[in-house]
Amino acid sequence: MHEMSICESIINVIEQQAVAQSFTKVKRVRLEIGPLAGVELEALRFSFDVVCKGGLAEGAALEVIELPIDAWCMMCAEKTEVKQRFDACPTCGSYQVQITGGDELRIKEMEVD
Amino acid sequence: MCTVCGCSEGEVKIEGGHEHHHDHSHDHAHCHDHHYGKGPAHAHAPGLSQARMVQIETDILAKNNEYAAANRAELSRRGVLALNLVSSPGSGKTTLLTRSIEDMKGETPIAVIEGDQQTANDAERIRATGVAAIQVNTGKGCHLDAHMVGHALEHLEIANGVLFIENVGNLVCPAGFDLGEAHKVVILSVTEGEDKPIKYPDMFHAADLMVLTKTDLLPYLDFDVEKCIGYARRVNPKIKILQFSAKSGEGLDEWYGWIKASQMMNKIGN
Repeated sequence: MHEMSICESIINVIEQQAVAQSFTKVKRVRLEIGPLAGVELEALRFSFDVVCKGGLAEGAALEVIELPIDAWCMMCAEKTEVKQRFDACPTCGSYQVQITGGDELRIKEMEVD
Repeated sequence: MCTVCGCSEGEVKIEGGHEHHHDHSHDHAHCHDHHYGKGPAHAHAPGLSQARMVQIETDILAKNNEYAAANRAELSRRGVLALNLVSSPGSGKTTLLTRSIEDMKGETPIAVIEGDQQTANDAERIRATGVAAIQVNTGKGCHLDAHMVGHALEHLEIANGVLFIENVGNLVCPAGFDLGEAHKVVILSVTEGEDKPIKYPDMFHAADLMVLTKTDLLPYLDFDVEKCIGYARRVNPKIKILQFSAKSGEGLDEWYGWIKASQMMNKIGN
């Protein structure tokens, strides 16, 4: 049910933006979500439709851009990507890897009328 | 609607007034007509779409984080150390709290914010110790958020002491919500599985301290303490670990020591 409150936060942002940028209808919402954000996408989609009912984003399409987990391997001294927290570097196998991104939970943009 | 901050957050109830009973019904009027001439592009031709992309780049939890920052400022102004206690349901958070309060209340002021989906049972258990407690019922929600805690804080007069925030029993959602606390403390009882840290890595990664409780039961269980600590360090190399039994009291001195040290660090400003 965590996804439900995230959707309510999305609606809050949309309603604020509707006033600030003068629009009355949202057709598409594009989110950027990293794997470490703790969000289950299927539950998010389900909640989004429910929470949007009766509001200015009713029927809006929800698009999710899934971001990678960016990391920095100290042994390779290079950027890399891992699959989960504290994975080894996929190139050299070292565990000296710092996670630099992947917990994003952002509204990137919206298509509005 | 809440007149303080304009909130309307479903079925959340905070004891002591300011009840949030309103449902999320969007009771303001939404205009579904398309007035093309009034759109941002001022296009007067009927049928010409006003659709446009609005770049937002906003963190969805930004609002929670703003409330959390406000809570942190208020707690700092009052000189209060806030600890956010998270665990599965039934790990013994309330038992630990009542025991800690009995042992500590002579030394430092204490207050408690109790989060549960329903009932004020836990707040009543805390009040029986003579300490102020506010129950927050989250209704449909699965976690406390910074906004609920901010309102609960208004009803507590605590200063220069310790505020325990007992979160809803849940190892998933509370990980993502900063309440303005100094530390998240994750409580794992030894009657649970030792692999919980890797089953619920987000929470163990977010916590600064893991406490293994109910250790008086260890002789009767197969719980592998070293394995559990290994798992916890795998998801959070910096996590601190304590082991004690709130029932027998064994190991609790270290817990009180950690709280005192955290109070001191908090005063210095960390």
